[in-house]
Amino acid sequence: MALVLTEEQTMLRDMAKDFFTEQVPVTNLRKLRDEEDDLGYDKEVWAQIVELGFAGILIPEEQGGTGFGPMGLGIVMTEAGRTLAATPLYSTAVLGAGLILAAGSEAQKNDLLPKIAGGELLTALALEETNHHNPANVAMTAEKSGDGFKLSGEKKFVIDGHIADKLIVVARTSGAAGDTQGLSMFLVDADAKGVSITRTHMVDSRNAAIISLDGVEVSADDALGGIGAAYPELENVLDLGRACIAAEMLGGAEAVFDTTLEYLKERKQFGVIIGTFQALKHRAAEMFCEVEICRSVVLEALSALDERRNDVPAVTSLAKARVGEAARLITNEGVQMHGGIGMTDAVDMGLYLKRARVQAQMLGNSNFHRARYADLGGY
Amino acid sequence: MTALDTFREETRAWLQENCPESMRTPMPEREMPWGGRNASYPNPDTKVWMDRMASRGWTAPEWPAEYGGGGLSKEENKVLQQELAAIKARPALTSFGLWMLGPALLEFASEEQKQKYIPEIIKGEIRWCQGYSEPGAGSDLAGLQTKCEDKGDHYLVNGQKVWTSYADKCDMIFCLVRTDTTVKHDGISFLLIDMDNEGVEARPIKLISGSSPFCETFLTDVKVPKENLVGELNKGWTIAKRLLEHERSMISGMGMGAGAASMGGMEAVAKENFGTDGEKIADTSIRQAIADHKMDQQAFGLTLKRASAEAKSGQGMGAASAMFKYYGTEVNKRRFELLLDVLGTQALGWEGEGFDSKELAVTRSWLRSKGNSIEGGTSEVQLNVIAKRVLGLPDA
Repeated sequence: MALVLTEEQTMLRDMAKDFFTEQVPVTNLRKLRDEEDDLGYDKEVWAQIVELGFAGILIPEEQGGTGFGPMGLGIVMTEAGRTLAATPLYSTAVLGAGLILAAGSEAQKNDLLPKIAGGELLTALALEETNHHNPANVAMTAEKSGDGFKLSGEKKFVIDGHIADKLIVVARTSGAAGDTQGLSMFLVDADAKGVSITRTHMVDSRNAAIISLDGVEVSADDALGGIGAAYPELENVLDLGRACIAAEMLGGAEAVFDTTLEYLKERKQFGVIIGTFQALKHRAAEMFCEVEICRSVVLEALSALDERRNDVPAVTSLAKARVGEAARLITNEGVQMHGGIGMTDAVDMGLYLKRARVQAQMLGNSNFHRARYADLGGY
Repeated sequence: MTALDTFREETRAWLQENCPESMRTPMPEREMPWGGRNASYPNPDTKVWMDRMASRGWTAPEWPAEYGGGGLSKEENKVLQQELAAIKARPALTSFGLWMLGPALLEFASEEQKQKYIPEIIKGEIRWCQGYSEPGAGSDLAGLQTKCEDKGDHYLVNGQKVWTSYADKCDMIFCLVRTDTTVKHDGISFLLIDMDNEGVEARPIKLISGSSPFCETFLTDVKVPKENLVGELNKGWTIAKRLLEHERSMISGMGMGAGAASMGGMEAVAKENFGTDGEKIADTSIRQAIADHKMDQQAFGLTLKRASAEAKSGQGMGAASAMFKYYGTEVNKRRFELLLDVLGTQALGWEGEGFDSKELAVTRSWLRSKGNSIEGGTSEVQLNVIAKRVLGLPDA
């Protein structure tokens, strides 16, 4: 079990840390937000990420990637999380590359993976239809039409939906909402006829969209994986996504904790440093324990994915739920311990708080993952 | 075949031959192998097993062979522990000498002291207890007042210790005593005292759980030979701190997973009490609470593993023992509270009819668990240690 980073992984982490700290600090997100940037991400930054090999980190070398696997990807996501870097890493390098690798035909892999690694293609997973994550609950229909299918329905909370070149749409070719059987995945060009994409402005200033499909025609070749049998592969890649969001949340929680600890050591009230107050010391110590616990569960989930272990679903649910709760605590404490200034937009606490709540909902909140963990445990 | 493989084969064969059959069954509390001068052995095999293991030094596998220890490497000891676990062997010796005093003696004691005390510990001949806390020195341990005066050819000790584990059954006590009243931490010494000495009296304390694992120990004009001082005079606090680390790591791992284990796990107990919906526990709030708790337990276990992996690779997360003591004991207390919710009134029996022995054990263990976050440094003290040593937050 790899709960300690190897030398190679440590180098990757240091490289990612330097890059995000220096090239994509929190001011980058502020700029995108304040200038109401149409893209919501920085093309220059994305080009650098591609250059560093992060866009293709999951992709094998023969298809143009760097082949670091889930652990490498998670390490990069943690560092991106520390500076709230607004990039298409999650939508494209995690979910897009992950789904094509897991379910794609040889032709699809050879065509699309080099494009992802090379920064020429952005993807978005169009999955959610309700207010709460529930992958089996997809109702969007894919009706047989000639040799292909016609897709109709509405998707929401599609991360990076308005910047993607290609959408990966989960739709139902048979069965009813709630069935795990009958789900299929299709590659749909964002500019295909019948696709309408509306960017939604979320509290974290990051990219999400509502996407309507009105009789969108796709061919049989556009299917990603088997017709009606997408669920198992989808679930595997959702677990990768869950571990990566947990890793990103961990980075945010670490940043909030570090910043808050610094503040406790410099802010003075009643003529003394507020970090001398035991009421704050104990809470800081508890946050430290939470951060350590989170590091363990994130590393465990990533190594389970690396090693393709049987307990991947259980440990990714563990990581997503446990880090979600810790991030809630730590971001709340970050605002509280900063006092009045923590409520202002001028300091970054609020940005981390908002991002943490969105991350908590992505691919299932703590409640969802507690229930799933219990299901997997047979109780 | 590697040397380690050979060691495993030999060990397996030796254990097969030397571990009595009854020592491969679950151990009732009255058969705990504490050793000592006055030990009684309700099951004679306990003594046979202890002596055989001690003859190879395997009661203290990694201690140096020159003092009677096993002299095994970490890897060899791991093999030994695996082989012991494979045959479900009971521990051959449970002892505060092994867990706490021994490591400190090996680090701080004189050669004469090591030669005298270490072999006795390994063989289980002497049962030790710890004399740290006093009525006025709990969390503020360094405020201890038990007076130790230099009388030329001996020390004279006067004072009172409290929370001395099993002092009424022990042969020797390792004590923190005050040898300089003008300073605090630098006026403390580490002294070994024979409980048979005149002036030593141990009185058991009855706990809320009904049991009496701890005593008050009174020391009145006790004469102690000068060679019983460990380390330098007034330098006892250094030894005390090291010992507390051993104690913390011992307590933080204590009882994890126990309690409901004898009933087939908390999930099974919940299914019995609340019924099922398919495979699921029918009461969803209890089900979520159990999942939440099991997540905490798994996360804690992973963090322990990570700490030991980091220690091996020379990294280390610093003041880890304080974190583990805090987190481990708090998780353990929550587990018993949850178990009470799951068992309902069946976890609230005190004795007699209407409750089976496992249910009664849960009640008593629940009460006992309250002490986990007090003994060995309260949770609040652990948080102070983390705030100061790890986070570098300033003192008031």
